[in-house]
Amino acid sequence: MPETSELHLAVALDGAGWHPAAWRAPDARPGELFSAGYWTDLAREAEAGALDFLTIEDSLGLQTAGRFASPDDRTDQVRGRLDAVLTAARIAPHTTRIGLVPTAVTTHTEPFHLSTSIATLDYVSEGRAGWRPRVAASPDEARHFGRREFPPLTQENVTDPAVAAHLSDLFDEAADAVEVVRRLWDSWEDDAVIRDVPAGRFVDRGKLHYIDFDGRWFAVRGPSITPRPPQGQPVVASLAHADVAYRLAARASDVVFVTPASAEHAAQIVAEVRAAETYSERPPPSLQVYADLVVFIDEAPGAAAARKQRLDDLDGADFATDCAVVAGPPGDLADLLLDWKQAAGLDGFRLRPGALPHDLQQITGALVPELRRRGAFRSGYAESTLRERLGLSRPANRYEASRYQIGAA
Amino acid sequence: MTKQVILGAHFPGVNNHTVWSDPAAGSQIAFSSFAHLARTAEAGLFDFFFLAEGLRLREQRGKIHDLDVVGRPNTMTVLAAVAAVTGHLGLAGTIQATYNEPYEIARQFATLDHLSGGRAAWNVVTSPDAFTGENFRRGGYLERGDRYVRAAEFVQATRELWDSWDSDAIVADPARGEFLRPGARRGRFEYSTENFGISGNFTVPRSPQVHPVILQAGDSDGGREFAAHSADGIFTRHSTYDAGRAFYADVKSRLARYGRSPGSLKVLPGASFVLGDTPAEAEEHARHIRRQQVSPQTAILMLEQVWNTDLSSFDAEGPLPPFDPDPESPSIIQGRARMYDDPVAVARKWRALAEERHLSIRDLIIEVTGRQTFTGTPASVAAEINRSVQDDACDGFILVPHLIPAGLDEFAAKVVPLLQERGVFRSSYESGTTLRDRLGLGPARPAASWAAARREHADA
Repeated sequence: MPETSELHLAVALDGAGWHPAAWRAPDARPGELFSAGYWTDLAREAEAGALDFLTIEDSLGLQTAGRFASPDDRTDQVRGRLDAVLTAARIAPHTTRIGLVPTAVTTHTEPFHLSTSIATLDYVSEGRAGWRPRVAASPDEARHFGRREFPPLTQENVTDPAVAAHLSDLFDEAADAVEVVRRLWDSWEDDAVIRDVPAGRFVDRGKLHYIDFDGRWFAVRGPSITPRPPQGQPVVASLAHADVAYRLAARASDVVFVTPASAEHAAQIVAEVRAAETYSERPPPSLQVYADLVVFIDEAPGAAAARKQRLDDLDGADFATDCAVVAGPPGDLADLLLDWKQAAGLDGFRLRPGALPHDLQQITGALVPELRRRGAFRSGYAESTLRERLGLSRPANRYEASRYQIGAA
Repeated sequence: MTKQVILGAHFPGVNNHTVWSDPAAGSQIAFSSFAHLARTAEAGLFDFFFLAEGLRLREQRGKIHDLDVVGRPNTMTVLAAVAAVTGHLGLAGTIQATYNEPYEIARQFATLDHLSGGRAAWNVVTSPDAFTGENFRRGGYLERGDRYVRAAEFVQATRELWDSWDSDAIVADPARGEFLRPGARRGRFEYSTENFGISGNFTVPRSPQVHPVILQAGDSDGGREFAAHSADGIFTRHSTYDAGRAFYADVKSRLARYGRSPGSLKVLPGASFVLGDTPAEAEEHARHIRRQQVSPQTAILMLEQVWNTDLSSFDAEGPLPPFDPDPESPSIIQGRARMYDDPVAVARKWRALAEERHLSIRDLIIEVTGRQTFTGTPASVAAEINRSVQDDACDGFILVPHLIPAGLDEFAAKVVPLLQERGVFRSSYESGTTLRDRLGLGPARPAASWAAARREHADA
């Protein structure tokens, strides 16, 4: 792979930011979290910094105070959220270059709808769509649908064989869902619409394909109702904390978000991801690996840490999450990003702003200029689609290839 | 009292009504087409933009139907984007209750309502068929059941979810450290019926309209009753004056048993239109459009839908088949409702008409199908629309242009001003109003009130 000194930068949007007390920051906009204007402003800010793409978190359940916690009665933290795919679609016409990568859950939902909704996001954004598939493991969320019984999930029991098998099943189901979604994206060839007036034919049905997926959780016939999206295959990006998830990523994704605690840990995770690729017999191109970091950024020495401390005090707990948390001046963060990238061969980072809009503004207004000074970040947008920006070619249609093989035989 | 006309703009989907062979016909999938029609509708002060849905490509004789426009976006996703390029227009999406769950649909409509400032509407359809079900996991595991019982429970479930947050639950007060008002209801729900057993926490706080406007499409007795007990509007095929008056009277008469006033359910037929500077010019234009809509291939195909057999060896410019249809064989069409109740009678009538007037297959099909609802000058079309509304044949129309993207431009520019002159159509949007407000529906009735009215009727 050619060495490049530039890194990719994405920003992860969620509510008022990733710190549970972020909504209480002086420049937060807590009363607007459910308004189009708030999300549009954030997207435009990210685009002003020429970031590769933004992600939007989502879940089929209310936020909880911890990863395995049940819904609670807390009133001092943000609860409630909008559907991420629709939020991304609402943003799309107000932006022109930034990639839009919403989260959408594969458990309980229909792969057919997921496929058409991300394809449609690709149309309304003219080639800037991505998708972060996510599993919904909790019995609380299963009860929202009332079709399946899931075992309780706690910090202690995740390694129990029955629970581990349940989680493994969900990842397998997610892999099947991504496979169906991808096949449906290809189920129309790019030139299927012919508008042949003499023949009276709008579409060449020889270029529409049944996908005939038949798996353990669902069977889907196809073809899609939505023509092949502008990118052919929108970008699939998944968050992975462990081996089972690395394997899902290796089978199904273009980009994987990982959660190292240090440069050494990042190198170790990248090695595990590469091993998962080998295990899954992944064809090229290899997965692009982004490290997730929660960031608090202020220029003045100590200011970011002090700001985080104030939020910790308000929340009554030291903030910790599934990835590393960094607080400091933009120059220090730039050092860290370039260190980790070099040590581990990372392709980029997904930065989770500790507080919004503050830390996003610091990313675009301070970190990005700092990285540019070091020749490590692009000066603006050159490419128009998200795949192009990530160096991914527009993929051939799997069905077109098979049609030619049949024709040649 | 003079009624105000309600107007919807339908982005046409899959049938031969949408002319694609015309040089002015644009993309059926590019966002610019959706944005164009929506902006035209908003410039014309329409009430709402309307999208249909079809979840499986239609087939005839086991092959994907290739003569009509095909290919459409995901309804909710494209409406969210249309919200960004409009400021007042209602956004109505057709969504199947069959291949979805209440939790997801409630989340999506509440989100759309937030992101559009209270402009969301849901056209509920329910048509479980094994053919479409092959695209869905729910195609396998849902009971067929009584479709309208399940649909009513489905809509009721979504109403419970939309009501599950108190309107003042979010205070977002940093000084007090309260994002949520202590004691407020914040999404807790439980709903248990024959078809659903769900409980937990809904993720979306109460949206501007609380409940989106609920439309229902379906002219059957079950569909009418469903509209009477569960919907704010009904999308119907009965667009002609006489059929409309009968339909209107029937549907409105069903409301009282659920304690509803006649104005609380809007009757909205789908309607097509052709305009000309003179009546003769409009007629000529209409004939031209009908020939575009019925190509020789389409004529044969539509004949097959009645005869229910392969007629591909027939010449569209020649006479009709001399034999009768075969209604006993399995239907050759999949993915849409059967269109004729008594095909043998229809075929005999068509043959007689063709013989009498020396019509070819194509001429006959043009004659018996696809006639536009309104054909005339802007003044006569405005007058007809207003007459239908004032005489209680309907409360307005959902207009279906035959061309994308510009098929509504002329209507917005020429007919709307004439309706305004008559004082039956708004001359501007009132700011800060929701779609419910604009349609005169008043605030959303709580879920419990809908349920109680249905229960009382069932007990009576």
